[in-house]
Amino acid sequence: MKELSLNILDVAKNSVKAQAALIEISVVEENGVRTLTIKDDGCGMSPDFLSRVTDPFTTTRTTRPVGMGLPLLKLAAEQAEGELSIESKQGEGHGTTVRATFNTDHLDCVPLGDFAGTAVTLIQGSPDIDFDFIWRTPEGEKRVSTREMREVLGDVPLDSPEVLSWVSESLNEPFENEK
Amino acid sequence: MKTLAELQAIREAMKDKVSLRSGNQGVRVVVGMATCGIAAGARPVLSTFVEEVSKQGLSDKVTVTQTGCIGICQYEPVVEVFDGDKEKVTYVKMNAEKAKRVVEEHLKGGNVVHEYTIGESKI
Repeated sequence: MKELSLNILDVAKNSVKAQAALIEISVVEENGVRTLTIKDDGCGMSPDFLSRVTDPFTTTRTTRPVGMGLPLLKLAAEQAEGELSIESKQGEGHGTTVRATFNTDHLDCVPLGDFAGTAVTLIQGSPDIDFDFIWRTPEGEKRVSTREMREVLGDVPLDSPEVLSWVSESLNEPFENEK
Repeated sequence: MKTLAELQAIREAMKDKVSLRSGNQGVRVVVGMATCGIAAGARPVLSTFVEEVSKQGLSDKVTVTQTGCIGICQYEPVVEVFDGDKEKVTYVKMNAEKAKRVVEEHLKGGNVVHEYTIGESKI
């Protein structure tokens, strides 16, 4: 993966598949550390599946027995002196939280890339799921919440081209202190 | 700064053109968006289809959707086009430029861009 945003897109699709109603994706940069958190309220994983989920030969796909999504995110974090942690719960309070950290000064830290493009792609692909996107750096914070959007939009679908453009522009505009 | 008020304006503007989408009658463009597709560059391919379909005024006829792994990872990014009873068209090794041409010539013009299809692929 050339940019972290592609890993985000890939791993967030696991949350979609876990039938989450809300997926929160945050990227927070402070003191030279970037922390990515993908938190969902999906069905969660069994302890057994969780214990081997970063093994490339563990997957939910049916076309072949290889799954590179989480292993690639783990690799990206570890090559930049960070780490990957995953918590998951089934039953009451079910859901999964994936957290990855990166030392942004490290030579092998992949760039964040097109975060807005990933947000648009996720909303376009699952317009009936709610997403919270949060992107915070020392320069400020940008947020897009589909729940807030829905309140204003009424029955206008989130995957309408005009709405997707709005999401893209919202996340692409400069941070407050960057102007 | 972008505000939620702009969404209100979008809602007002869309009141007049309540969805004319004809259910499942139209053309379906499916982009493979599993790990393999994403790593090979499927995200810009998808966004090009979404933007161009809207720009060319094809939104009533064409829907663009995402799917998981289609099973031919070495040919990613893969795009399948389903049009009624016609045989499915599978485009392989796509990029944004090729996607533009497929919208123009195939989705709008009705002519399959054969050189991008899996049958023409030299692998």
